[in-house]
Amino acid sequence: MSELIFEKSRNGRRAFAQAPADAEVTAIPGRFLRTDKPRLPEASELQTVRHFTRLSQKNFSIDTQFYPLGSCTMKYNPRACNALALLPGFTGRHPLGPVSHGQGFMQCMHELQQMLKEVTGMVGVSLTPMAGAQGELAGVAMIKAYHDARGDAERTEIIVPDAAHGTNPATATMCGCKVREIPTGPDGDVDMEALDAVLGPKTAGIMLTNPSTLGVFERHIKDIADRVHAAGGLLYYDGANLNAILGKVRPGDMDFDVIHMNLHKTFSTPHGGGGPGSGAVGVNERLLPFIPVPVVRKTEVGGETVYDWAGEEDFPQTIGRLSGFMGNAGVLLRAYVYMRMVGRDGMERIAEYATLNANYLMARLRDAGFELAFPRRRASHEFIVTLRHEAREVNLTAMDVAKALLDRNFHAPTTYFPLLVPECLLIEPTETESKETLDNFVAAMIEIARAAKEDGVEYKEAPYTMPVRRLDDVKAARELDLRYRPD
Amino acid sequence: MPFIPHTEKDTREMLATIGAEEIEDLFDEIPAELRIEHLDGIPEALSEMEVSRLMRERALQDGSPMCYIGAGAYEHHIPTAVWDIATRGEYYSAYTPYQAEASQGTLQTIYEYQTMITELTRLDVSNASLYDGASGLAEAALMAVRANRKVKTGLVLIAPGVNPVYEKVAQAISGGQGLRYEWLPRDEATGNVAFDELPDGREPVAVVVQQPTFAGTLEDVDRLTDWAHAQGALAIGIANPTSLALLEAPGNWGAEGVDIACGEGQPLGIPLSSGGPYFGFMTCKQKHVRQMPGRIVGRTTDLDGSPGFALTLQAREQHIRRSKATSNICTNQGLMVTAATVYMSLLGFEGIARVARQSHANTTRLVDGLCSIDGIERLYGGPYFHEVALELDRPVGPVLEALGRKDILGGYDLTAWAGTDALLVCATETKTASDIDTCIAAFAETMADERRYE
Repeated sequence: MSELIFEKSRNGRRAFAQAPADAEVTAIPGRFLRTDKPRLPEASELQTVRHFTRLSQKNFSIDTQFYPLGSCTMKYNPRACNALALLPGFTGRHPLGPVSHGQGFMQCMHELQQMLKEVTGMVGVSLTPMAGAQGELAGVAMIKAYHDARGDAERTEIIVPDAAHGTNPATATMCGCKVREIPTGPDGDVDMEALDAVLGPKTAGIMLTNPSTLGVFERHIKDIADRVHAAGGLLYYDGANLNAILGKVRPGDMDFDVIHMNLHKTFSTPHGGGGPGSGAVGVNERLLPFIPVPVVRKTEVGGETVYDWAGEEDFPQTIGRLSGFMGNAGVLLRAYVYMRMVGRDGMERIAEYATLNANYLMARLRDAGFELAFPRRRASHEFIVTLRHEAREVNLTAMDVAKALLDRNFHAPTTYFPLLVPECLLIEPTETESKETLDNFVAAMIEIARAAKEDGVEYKEAPYTMPVRRLDDVKAARELDLRYRPD
Repeated sequence: MPFIPHTEKDTREMLATIGAEEIEDLFDEIPAELRIEHLDGIPEALSEMEVSRLMRERALQDGSPMCYIGAGAYEHHIPTAVWDIATRGEYYSAYTPYQAEASQGTLQTIYEYQTMITELTRLDVSNASLYDGASGLAEAALMAVRANRKVKTGLVLIAPGVNPVYEKVAQAISGGQGLRYEWLPRDEATGNVAFDELPDGREPVAVVVQQPTFAGTLEDVDRLTDWAHAQGALAIGIANPTSLALLEAPGNWGAEGVDIACGEGQPLGIPLSSGGPYFGFMTCKQKHVRQMPGRIVGRTTDLDGSPGFALTLQAREQHIRRSKATSNICTNQGLMVTAATVYMSLLGFEGIARVARQSHANTTRLVDGLCSIDGIERLYGGPYFHEVALELDRPVGPVLEALGRKDILGGYDLTAWAGTDALLVCATETKTASDIDTCIAAFAETMADERRYE
C-alpha cells in the first residue's frame, strides 16, 4: 500500500491557495463551539495531487483495461458526456433555484424522460431514484401502493427467481414484502409450474430481469405476464440488462408495469469506483399516479413553452420523495448527452454489437473447451462459463481464473454470480470492445486453463503483478481496521 | 456507429465463428410478436461538435445568477484539482472494488475518506457513503431499529430543526417496514425544540437532531441528545460537514454523544449541480458497526504480510444476504467520495475552518444589511452558523421573483415551513463584501419598489 495521506502530513503545512481569508466568528456562544481538533491531512497541493494521482494508478478501469464484469455493462464512457455535464451553467445551478433560471437544464431532463419512455415503451418516467437499488425500491413501493389503493392490502408477496440480483429480494424486504423464490428451469427460463404454485391472492408482483442474469432471453415472458396479471399481480422489470435489447424489444411491450433503468450501465454514465448510479423508473398507466416526485413537466404559458416541476400536489398518490432534491441530476445530464450522441440508429446498434460480441466470445471460449452454463441458448449481451469440471479435476476455480486474469492485465468477469451455477464466470464484453481485445482475452483464458491442466500450474496465490498480493478477507472482517489511528 | 469499433470484416468473421448469417439471427429467441422495428421517438444522432453546441446553449440559458439559497445544498469554492483528479479515467471508469488487488486506489481513497469523516464527526467508524443526506436519514433510522432491538415501537421522533424533506424521504424509503416519524414540538419563539413540551414515555427507537437546524438556528443538541438517551432511544445526529470545523462534533453531543451521525456531504467539494450527484455520509459508534448499511473498507494484509485494503463485513450486504440484508443499497457514491477526500486533503482542518468562519462572517454581513431594510427582520433571535431565517412584511414569492429578474437568487422561501412570510438566506465564502452589498441594495430597491405599487 502507499503511504497514507495522513502519514505525509506535517503540522502547519497548507495548500494555501485553497483556503479563503480568515474571518472572525462573532455570533456563536462558546458552548456551541468545537473543543477538539479533527486530524485532517496537512499537505501541500502538489503532495495531494501526486498522492491521489498515484492511488488512481493502482486501479483497473475501463479506460485502462478490458473490464468484462458481467451484469455491470462496463462500456466506454465518452469524454464529452462528462465535460458537458460539468459546464458551469449546469454545475452552478442550485437545486432550489427558480425555474426561470433552469429552463435549459429542465429541457434536457424533460427530453431525457421522453427518450427513456420511448426506449422502454412506458408512459411515465421519474428520474429521481439515485441508483438501481433505489429504482427497485420505488418500483416495489409503487406496486404496493397500487394494491393498497384498491383495498387489496393482502397482496404482500413478491416473487423473485433464484437467479435474480441480490438487490431484488433485499428490496422486497425493505418494502415490507415477503419474498417467494422460484427456481429456474434447465434452459434458463422460469420454471412455469413453480410460478403457478406460488401465484395466488397474496401475490403483489414478480421481479424479473430480461434477459436474465443467466444471459438468456426469457422466452415465456408473455405467458408469465399473462399468468401474473391474471392472478392479480404486477410485473417489475429490473433494467440491469437493458443494453441487450435496446431498440429490439421493449419492457412495456412485454407487459411489464414498472421498470428501473441503470443509466450507469445502458447509458454509459460513469461507474465512478462504485457510484454514483442512477435508477430512473418507468411506469405504465396503471402505476402512473404513484410515481416518485418530482418529475419535469412541459407546459405552455402564453404561447411559450415552460418547463416546471410536478410534485405531490400533481400526484397526490405518489410514493413520495427519494432524494433531497431531484436525484442525481449530473448523472442524468451525462445520460442525456450520451443518448443524443448515439441517436436512434446507434441505439439499436448498441444491442446488436453487444450481442454480437457476447456470442462471439461465447463461441470462441466454447470452441476452446470451456463449458457453457446454457450451451443450447443464444447469449444475450452476456453469458456464463462454468469451471465445475476444472475445479474438480485440476483444482482450477473461478476465483483462480479471476486472479490469473488480473496478472494478464484483464479485469475479471463477475465470479460466483448467479449463485445457482457452480464455479461460474459471468462475462459481458459490451459493444465498445474490439475483436482484437476479445481475441486477446480468449488467448489468456486458454493459456490459464492449459497451464493448469498440462503443467500443473496453480493460481492459489495469484495475482503476482498487482500492487498487493491476494488479501486476507477473513482478517479484514475479524480484526476490523476501518480508519487510520496514528497511535 | 458511435463508440462501436467493428469493421465490416470484423463483423463477418465474428458471425462466421458464431455460425450465424447476420446479426439479426442472434435475436431469434425473442418472440417475433414482441419485436419492434425502430425507436421512432429518438432523435437522430448528433456529433460531438453538435451536442457540445447544444449543451453550451442550454447551460448559458440558465445563466449564472448570484445565489443566496442554501436549504441543504451550499455553494462553496471547489479547488480545480478536486474534479481534475476525480475524473481521471482510473477513478471515473472503475467499478466497485470487488477485485481488491486491482482496486487499491479506490479502496485506499475510501479508507482515507472513512478516517476523515470519523474525525469530523468524532465517531468510531464510517461507511463508504450513501446516496445523499436525505436518504441517509432513512438508512440511519432503519439502522437504529436493528441496533436498538429492545424497542419495538418503530417510532422515530424528529426535532423540529430537521430538514423537512429529509423526513419525507425517510418516510418514503422506510415506511414500508413500519417506521413512523413524528415531529417534536417547536418553540415558535426560538425555532428550536420546545423542551418544556417534550413527550416523555413514548418509547422512541430513535430521536433525530440536526445542527445547524433547517432554519439556521443552533439547537441545544447536548440537552436533546441526553433526552433521547433517557427515553431509551438511539440519538441520530444530522450535521453540515463544513460546520463541523467550527461547531461541536455529534460524537461529543451530550454526555455520551450521538450513536449515529449522518448528513449531506455535498459541501465538501461537490458542485450544486441541480441536486446531485451528492453523497450522504454516515458514521457510528463501534458497537453498531455490524448494523451499518452500505460498503465499508478495511485494512488487512496480503499473502506477503504487506498491508492492503479490501471491502469488509460484506456479510451484511444484499449480494450475500439477499432478503436478510441490512439494506438493499448496492452502490455508494464512489466518485463523490473521491472528490470529497481530495477536497478535505487540500483544505485540511484549517482550510475548512476558514471556509466555515468566512461563511459565517459573510452571512452576518448580509443579515445585518437586510435587517436594516424596512420590512425585514430576523424570524428568530439567537446564534446561527451560515444561514438565517428572515421575516418579511409581505409575501416572499414576488420579492424573490423581482430579485430573480436582477439575476439574484435571494434565498429559499420558508413561508410554508414557518407559517409566516419568511425567507432563508445564506452567504458562503464565495461571496465578496461587494457581492453582499449589491444583494442588500437589490433587496432594498425591491422592497421600496413594491411599496410604491401598493
